[in-house]
Order: sequence, then structure tokens, then C-alpha cells
Amino acid sequence: MEYKVGKYDVAVVGIGHAGCEAALATARMGLKTVAFAINLDSIALMACNPSIGGPGKSNMVREIDALGGQMGINVDKTFIQMRMLNTKKGPAVRAIRAQLDKRAYSATMKHTVESQPNIDIVQEEVVKILVEGKKVTGVVTKTGGIYEAKAVILTTGVYLRGRIVIGDLSYSSGPSGLFPANELSKSLESLGFELGRFKTGTPPRIHKDSVDFSKMIIQPGDEKIFPFSYASGEIQREQIPCWLTYTNEKTHKIISENLHRAPLYTGEIKGAGPRYCPSVEMKIVNFKDKTSHQVFIEPEGIDTNEMYVQGLSTSLPVDVQIEMARSVKGLENVKIMRFGYAIEYDFVIPTQLKPTLEAKNVQGLYMAGQINGTSGYEEAAAQGLMAGINAALKIKEKEPLVLSRSDAYIGVMIDDLVTKGVIEPYRILTSRAEYRLLLRQDNADLRLMDTGHKIGLINDERYKKYMKKKKMIEDEIKRLESVKITPTAKTNETLEQLETAVLKSPSTLAELLKRPELNYEKLKVLDEHRKELPLEVIEQVEISTAYEGYIKRQIAQVEQFKKMENKKIPEDINFDEIYGLGFEAREKLKEIKPLSIGQASRISGVNPSDITVLMIYLEMRRRKSLHEEF
Amino acid sequence: MKIVSCDTIAAISTVIGEGGIGIVRISGPESFKIAEKIFRPKTKKKFNELKNRTLYLGNIVDSKNDIIDEVLLAIFKAPYTYTREDMVEINCHGGLTAQKRILGLVLDQGARMAEPGEFTKRAFLNGRIDLSQAEAVIDIIRAKTDKALSVANRQLTGSLSKKIKEIRSDLLNILAHIAANIDFPEEDIPEADSEFILKEITVAGERVKELLKGAGSGRILREGLSTLILGNTNVGKSSLLNALVKEERAIVTDIPGTTRDIIEEYIDIKGIPIKIIDTAGIRQTSDKVEKIGIERAMKHLKEAELVLLMIDISRKLTRDDKNLIELIRDKTAITVINKVDLPVEVNEDEIEQLVPTERIIRISALKHEGIEELKEAIFDTVTEKMGFSDEGLIAAGERQRKVLQEAHDFLDMAIDAMDIHMPIEMVELDIRDAWEKLGEITGDTVSEDIITTIFQKFCIGK
Ligand SMILES: Cc1cc2nc3c(=O)[nH]c(=O)nc-3n(C[C@H](O)[C@H](O)[C@H](O)COP(=O)(O)OP(=O)(O)OC[C@H]3O[C@@H](n4cnc5c(N)ncnc54)[C@H](O)[C@@H]3O)c2cc1C
Ligand SMILES: Nc1nc2c(ncn2[C@@H]2O[C@H](COP(=O)(O)OP(=O)(O)OP(=O)(O)O)[C@@H](O)[C@H]2O)c(=O)[nH]1
Ligand SMILES: [Mg+2]
Repeated sequence: MEYKVGKYDVAVVGIGHAGCEAALATARMGLKTVAFAINLDSIALMACNPSIGGPGKSNMVREIDALGGQMGINVDKTFIQMRMLNTKKGPAVRAIRAQLDKRAYSATMKHTVESQPNIDIVQEEVVKILVEGKKVTGVVTKTGGIYEAKAVILTTGVYLRGRIVIGDLSYSSGPSGLFPANELSKSLESLGFELGRFKTGTPPRIHKDSVDFSKMIIQPGDEKIFPFSYASGEIQREQIPCWLTYTNEKTHKIISENLHRAPLYTGEIKGAGPRYCPSVEMKIVNFKDKTSHQVFIEPEGIDTNEMYVQGLSTSLPVDVQIEMARSVKGLENVKIMRFGYAIEYDFVIPTQLKPTLEAKNVQGLYMAGQINGTSGYEEAAAQGLMAGINAALKIKEKEPLVLSRSDAYIGVMIDDLVTKGVIEPYRILTSRAEYRLLLRQDNADLRLMDTGHKIGLINDERYKKYMKKKKMIEDEIKRLESVKITPTAKTNETLEQLETAVLKSPSTLAELLKRPELNYEKLKVLDEHRKELPLEVIEQVEISTAYEGYIKRQIAQVEQFKKMENKKIPEDINFDEIYGLGFEAREKLKEIKPLSIGQASRISGVNPSDITVLMIYLEMRRRKSLHEEF
Repeated sequence: MKIVSCDTIAAISTVIGEGGIGIVRISGPESFKIAEKIFRPKTKKKFNELKNRTLYLGNIVDSKNDIIDEVLLAIFKAPYTYTREDMVEINCHGGLTAQKRILGLVLDQGARMAEPGEFTKRAFLNGRIDLSQAEAVIDIIRAKTDKALSVANRQLTGSLSKKIKEIRSDLLNILAHIAANIDFPEEDIPEADSEFILKEITVAGERVKELLKGAGSGRILREGLSTLILGNTNVGKSSLLNALVKEERAIVTDIPGTTRDIIEEYIDIKGIPIKIIDTAGIRQTSDKVEKIGIERAMKHLKEAELVLLMIDISRKLTRDDKNLIELIRDKTAITVINKVDLPVEVNEDEIEQLVPTERIIRISALKHEGIEELKEAIFDTVTEKMGFSDEGLIAAGERQRKVLQEAHDFLDMAIDAMDIHMPIEMVELDIRDAWEKLGEITGDTVSEDIITTIFQKFCIGK
């Protein structure tokens, strides 16, 4: 029997990584929010590896942070190891990655969400979305509870018609032994959504005491810790190491001999899986020449003996998993606590969404996270935040927030999703970003904190702190550009000691800083009046000075790009009415409904001549509307 | 919102035919600057003193100050022009070839070859053309764009596209490797070796440069497609040159070894400017002056883009003739059998067996017979082998040249960046830019690349 429970502004279905950010954002923006999970003990559960960050992903976590999201702050509270990656490369591609205490992260996030005013949390499975006309009005739970809401955000992860596959065994299930959500898909289908099916997998978890670490290589954390959140300040913490070992020919033989029992190859698994995250059986089939693969043993937390076996993701039968694991050096006597599995699930083809993550055909219905065909905690959190922000802005009747490809990795990801769709679980990669050099992890605050403050998710205190940093950076760059070093015997001697060319004519400190062999620290001897500056300020000064040429070039490219992005296509446009469009282009445009000429040009099947036609049409419309005004 | 174009375009606007008056039109912010560089007015006035909408007599000169053509030039100041931008019109007398050489100069000075229909498009977008004509405008632009695209695509089936694809795939391997290193630092992927990268991009740069030499109609527009008449002495080379240019340009005698210097003439075959080069006949000789002439001919042979191998059918083939046939094995060439009005001394089958060329044309240079067929054969060969023909192709060719040049510049930047030990991901930006540029030619643009293309093609905005 159905019964009315309450009226909310926003209902968030799912309290995973996307759902947490979504609910926190709407609540913090002053909206009454209800959030559901199938199991409240699994809020922000890391169903796969206990780690957050990495190239592209850490940029996104910092973007979330600059916009006032939660992920970075909670990662900083609960990490047990932190590493800076790509340190041998330049600053533009550095990335931080944290190993987390899985339970602590989940508990901290749960506590954050429950303590947030304006959010009600409910353990209930949502089975139906209520729609009147073309507008969402609420959700119905399995027990018949009706929750009215002006906006609904779906963040259901891998739960929709989840099906676990291990060897020849397969059964309906959510991840990590949780219940699946088998009904909501039907509701989506009846609303006209097209669903797809993807698969992903996870490796076994093993007991720490059964591992011989003496046979492995220790992977400690970094001495200097760079936190994710701009709010965290300096962090000192004892870190827990990870361990590295390798598969070997014996491992590969065991796998090869059992391929006939691998669901990936028997046809048991039909959904497409991520290419960048292959299971160990796929690695062995696809890269026959490689006689060993890395295996990282990662702690799942401080108060647990469970360890995650990165590199052995598999859906082979359990007996093969045991044999395979025990063939790896250091794992000879290993005890598996949880077996690896693959999971198949429904997702919503994301081209059915607007760049605000609102569904095109149902007003007020938003989707974020794995339900949009992505994979990864960071990707999910970023979408959750954007969906939350946009749902709130819409309810408040404000302009939506759409980040562009030149603003943020978040913008790149969402544009890819809604413009091109997905063929495999989507993961952010630095190479997806055209303007990588500008979208660095170190400058996310400079890119986005103004926006975060404007929408009300960054408080005045944080904003002031940021403004101060920004000013310090600008002042120091100006100073370096104005301080001239003259070629005295003494300076040149110093330069020689620094193993760089001597000066023939005066040069500014900025020019010297551009030399690849010099850096800010080294220039200290020539720069007597230098003030002590925070490291994060120095970092910005160094990067923007040393790579000025490249940065300027990318900025120029961005300006070109923006011209097309700023040519907006009105929402009420009727593509059938436009004279001269090609057939395929017309169909695609009708399907994707791009918001700008720039977005239209990224749709496959839309040619340059279609773009010209479109622009001429828009110009005609503009002139006609001018006529009407006068 | 006013749409402002940010680059300057040029095209030959009216083609009345060879010998008639044609107009080279320039439109965009740089129009006056470009015209100033190549126009020498007869009046004492400086360029910036020229009056709006007034015809001025003067000469168009190239970079060496050599006169290309006498012209009438007029400047039109924005906004009261067809496109509502600054415009220049150059009325040329010297026929299509001269017009094209002038266009080549204009492009050299930084103008971009106009897209098909682009003048009209600019006129429309800048508010010059009435709304009621919108559909007509769309038809024009659509038709012209599609035609140009299909022509350009046809052109690309050839070897140029194959070569570019090879270069791109080499670059792609590097890019993918660097990207893998960046995106997956903790996988055991070996670091891309910088020495290897440097070697690869250097090679790629050289290959692009090689293509640049051959490709692009800008140079051909200016210089003509260099076409060398090669043959034994006295076979009738100079006579052919005269027949092609329709005037007595080269001295013709029955004395073998008459031509000792190189004679060059411009002709126009169906819109393709061709530079015909008459050389000294090639034979074993002890005459010093003739020897120098022969050496020069050999040098020109190396640089020639097309060779007309001439054989005198009224004379037995000599060892010299056979040597010549060997010389052209890897060149684009047409065999020209001359003096067909005289009694035949060589078996034509024998010639057919010996020569490596696809086409063999029989002519009489003296009687002007077979000259049209020869022109036809030249046109076909050039369009097939070099993908170069009508207006659309010239435009496509010019775009290619620009794009190749830009790709080459990016590769140079990448090499420089590696020299000063820039981090690899910076170098990657240069390589990626080069790779994307090259993709514009082959049309292998992933959707990301298409954005770039559109920015170049439709440069509009505030
Ligand atoms: C087995 C496995 C392997 C993975 N492998 C990888 C990998 O290789 N690489 C990678 O990057 N990422 C991987 N991940 C993905 C990562 O876990 C997810 O991308 C991320 O957690 C998605 O976040 P989300 O917020 O979209 O969903 P989740 O974090 O899954 O949260 C979903 C939430 O929705 C709730 N929910 C679902 N349906 C309903 C309903 N009907 N009513 C109420 N509540 C509902 C759930 O209770 C839960 O709270 C894997 C995940 C799993 C399970
Ligand atoms: N009958 C006949 N005579 C020709 C023909 N073409 C050229 N001749 C004659 O052949 C002689 C040589 O012609 P040229 O044009 O000077 O030959 P060339 O190849 O330039 O000779 P060199 O410059 O000396 O190498 C002249 O007497 C021409 O009149 C032809 O088609 N028919
Ligand atoms: Mg001669």
C-alpha cells in the first residue's frame, strides 16, 4: 500500500560517491533534501580499490573541492598513505593519489551527511519515479512510501538489475554482498529512457597474516604530504605502506588452462567492460608476450586485516582464484577472505541528458555517477556535485552551471558523456582534455573557487583565504618580472655555480626562472629581498612563469574554442525547420540537442557545412527577433 | 552581436578566360597591408594615401621586386563593401596565369584561400545580404562546400594522403606512449625514451618538409608546375616549347646543340599554371659550353615535377636516347614522339617497350599537330598524379600547404623543446598539435579535431 511520507525539494536516490555530493550540495544550498540508500552502512562505500586520486582523477577531486564539494576534505581526514605521481615529469601532469581507510572514509562520509542540516537519510529501495506531464514529482519506495520532490537525482551506481558473475555461477546482487535494485530500471524504461548494460569487476581481498611481505617490495607513502583539499592545511600522519609483487608464468598458465571456465570468454558476461581496467584473464589473453604483471597489495584500512589485491581483478571460478593467487610470490599460503567477481548492471545512455545532467525528456530528473555509464569514485562524485548544484539552481530559478571543456576536467567529462555517449565504462584521462596544461590539479582553486563562492558552496572564510593566495601569486609574478639582475662578476659566478649560462645583459628574475635548469629555490641566492611565501604560492609562480609560452598558446586556443561555445543554440530550436541540414546531422542534432555551436560541432555526423547552415539559421532568427522588437 | 571575421581571405573572383581581365579579391582586416606589400602604384602617392573606391594603375611585384603584371587596383574600406570588411580588388590583364601568380603572392603575404562561398557567407553573416535571400545563400554555400569536399577527398586517394597517414601513425604511437606514461604512472609501462622520440619527430619533421616541397598550389600558382622538356639534341624540344606558348620564343635550327641555356615559359593548361623548361639536348659531347648546358639540364631534371621525354621518330634510337629513358624512371613523365610528319625510322612498339611512362603522345612540333592532345595528357597526368586541377583543388592545395607548414612548425617546436629539456608532457602538446594538423588534411579528425577545423574555417565571434 502506498502512503505519503513527506514533501521535499530534492530526493537523492543512492548515497554512494555521487549521491553524497549531490545531497550535500542541495542541502547546503538551502534545499530540503531526502537521500535513500539500500543499506546505510554502505554510504560512500569503495566497492573496488581503497584509493582515490591519480592522473585526471586528482584534478577532478580538487575541482570538486574548489566548488565546495566534500570528497577532498574527507579523503584528507581518512587517508593512510599519500603519494605524488608523475614527479619525474613536469608539474602539469602531477597527480596525487591516496590510499584510504575504507571503513573510515565511509563512516566519515556517513557522518558528514547525517550531520548536515536539511538532509533526511532513509534506508529504503526506491522503485518508482513519479512524473506528471513531463515533470518529476517524487519517488516511491519498496514499502510504498511516497516522497514528493521538485527534483530527483538518481545516483544508483552499479545496483540497477545488478548481476554478479563468478565462474559459471551468476546471481542477482548488488556489489559487496548488498541487495540489488531490480525495479527502478523498469520505471526508467517506462518513462522512455534507453538503458545499456556494462560490466566491471573486482579482485579478491586477502588476509594480511597469510601474506609473506618479505618476498615483496615495499611501497611507502611520500614524506611530504600534499592534501587534496585546499581547506586542509598541512598534514602530518603516520602512513601505512603498500606492497608490490608480480604474477609469473605459473600464474599465467593456471589462467590460460582455465579460460574455458572464464565467464568473460564463455559468453556469460555480455556487458562491455572498461578497457583500461582489464581483469587479469584479459591481460593474459591480450598481452601474451608479457610474462609477468604487477600486483599491489594494499591495506583496506587500519583496523582490519583485509587487503586488496590490485592487479588480480577476476571473475574466474573460486577454485581457480585460489590457485592463481597462490602462484604469486609472497602469496603462496594466502587466505582469500572475499573472492573476486564481475558485476553487470544497467546504465542510462547519457546522451539522454543535458549538460546540466538533467534528463531531456523529464524535467527535474537528474542523473549522476555510474548510472551515466561512468566508472570511478571521483567521476561519480564530480557528477553528483554538478547534478546537485544544477537541481538546486533550477529550483531556485537561477542560471544553470555548466563547466566547459576549458574550465575543468569535470566539464570535459560531462561534455563527453552528453555529446558523444559511452561505449565502455567512462573514466577520465588526461588525454581527453584538450587544454590539459590549464586544467592542472594545482590550480583548480584558481579556476573554480569564484564559481564555488558564487553559488554559495564556498564560505566567505575559505574564499578570503583563497583571495589572499591569489593576490600573493599575482604580486610575486609581477615582482619577478620587474626585478632586474645585472651581469656583475658576482652574479655570473653564482650563475656558473648554478650550471646555467652567464648573463651578458641585464635580465629579470622571471626570465631566469624560465630556464629549465633553474627553479625558484635555486634563484634564492640572486634574490635577496624575497619574502617567505607558502609553497602553494611558489608552485603557481614557478609554473606560470616557466611554462608561460605553452600556457599562452593554450589560452589562445581556449579563446578560439570559447567563441563557438558562446554561440548558444536556443532550447526551443526546431531542427526540422532548418533549411539545408544534412539528413544524418539533422537526426543527430535532434537527439543530442546541443546547447552551443561548439557542442554541435563535436557530434559525429555533423559536418562543417551543417555548422555553417546552423549559424546562418541562428543569424536569421536573431535578425527576425530584432524586427519583432521594433 | 556582430560577427567579426578574424582572418583575411582571397580568391580569384571573376574568370573571364585566358587573356581577359580577372579580379583577385581580398577581404578582411589585413587586406590593405597585404596589398601594400605587393602593389607599386604609378602615382607618387603612398599606399595609405590611396583614395577609397578609386582605380589605381600600377604593378604587382614579387618578393624580388620583379613585375608580375600591370594591374588596376582599388581599395574598399569597411563597412560599405560586399563583405562589410576591408576589401581590395586587383584587376589583372595578364590572363589566368598572372592572376594565379598574384593570388599566390597574396596568400604568401598571409591571406587564406577563401573557402567555397566564403565571400557570400561573410556578406551574409555581416548583415550585407537580405534575409529573403538566406535560402539561396545556404544553397550556394552548401553546394560549394560539398563539392569542394568531394573534390578534396578524391584528390586525397593518392600518395599524399598515404604518406600523411604514415607520419600520423608514427606520431600517434609516440603520443599514445607519452599519454600512457602520464595517465598510468604506476603501471609498469616503460618510460617513452626521449632519444627515440627526438629521432622520430625529427624524421617526421623532415618528411613533412619533403611533402611541403611538393604539395601546395601556392608555390605552383606562383611558379607554375615545373615541366621539363628532355631529349636528345635536335629532337625538336625548342620547337615544342614554341608550339606550346604559340610564339617564337626559343631559337630553332637544324643544328644539333642549338639550345645551350635554359629557357622557361609560363603557360596555362585548363587553369593549371605550368612552367615549361626547354633545355639543352642531352648527349655525349666534347663541346664545353654545351656540356655546361647539359649539366644544367640534369640539375633541372632533378627538380622537375613533370618531364616531357621527347623522341624523334624520324631517327634511329641512339645510346643517348636510351640513357635518357633510364634517367626518367622514377619521375612523373610523358613520352612525346615528335616529327610524326616525317618518315618513320623507329618502331613505335620498341619505344613503348622501352619507356616507363603511362602516356605516349604523337606530335609534330613543326606542324603543330597533336599539341592539344599533349596538353590534355599533361592535364590528366597532373590531376591524377598530383591531385591538382580546377579552382576547388587549388583551394584545397593551398589549405594543405598551410596546414603542412603549421604541422612542420609544431614539430620544430617539439624538437626545440626537447633540446632545452622541457618536460615531456610539454613536448607532447607540440606533437599533438602537429598530429591534429596533419589530420585536417586526411580528414582523419577525431571529433575533437573537428572543432579546430571549424575554428579555422568559420572564424567568427565577438
Ligand atoms: C565490483 C566493482 C568493481 C569496480 N571496479 C572499478 C574499476 O575497476 N575502476 C573504477 O574506476 N571503478 C570501479 N568501481 C566503480 C566505483 O565503485 C563506482 O564507479 C562508484 O562507486 C560509483 O559511484 P556512484 O555514486 O555512482 O554509485 P555507488 O557508489 O555504487 O552508490 C550507489 C548508491 O545507490 C544506492 N542505490 C542504488 N539503487 C537504489 C535504489 N533503487 N534505491 C535506493 N538506493 C539505491 C546504493 O545503496 C548506494 O548507496 C567498481 C565498482 C564495483 C562494484
Ligand atoms: N619535320 C619536322 N621537323 C621538326 C619537327 N620538330 C622540329 N623539327 C625540326 O628539327 C630541327 C631541330 O629542332 P629544335 O626545336 O631546334 O630541336 P632541339 O631539340 O631544341 O635541339 P637542340 O636545342 O639543338 O638540342 C629544326 O630544324 C626543326 O625545324 C617536326 O615535328 N617535324
Ligand atoms: Mg633547342
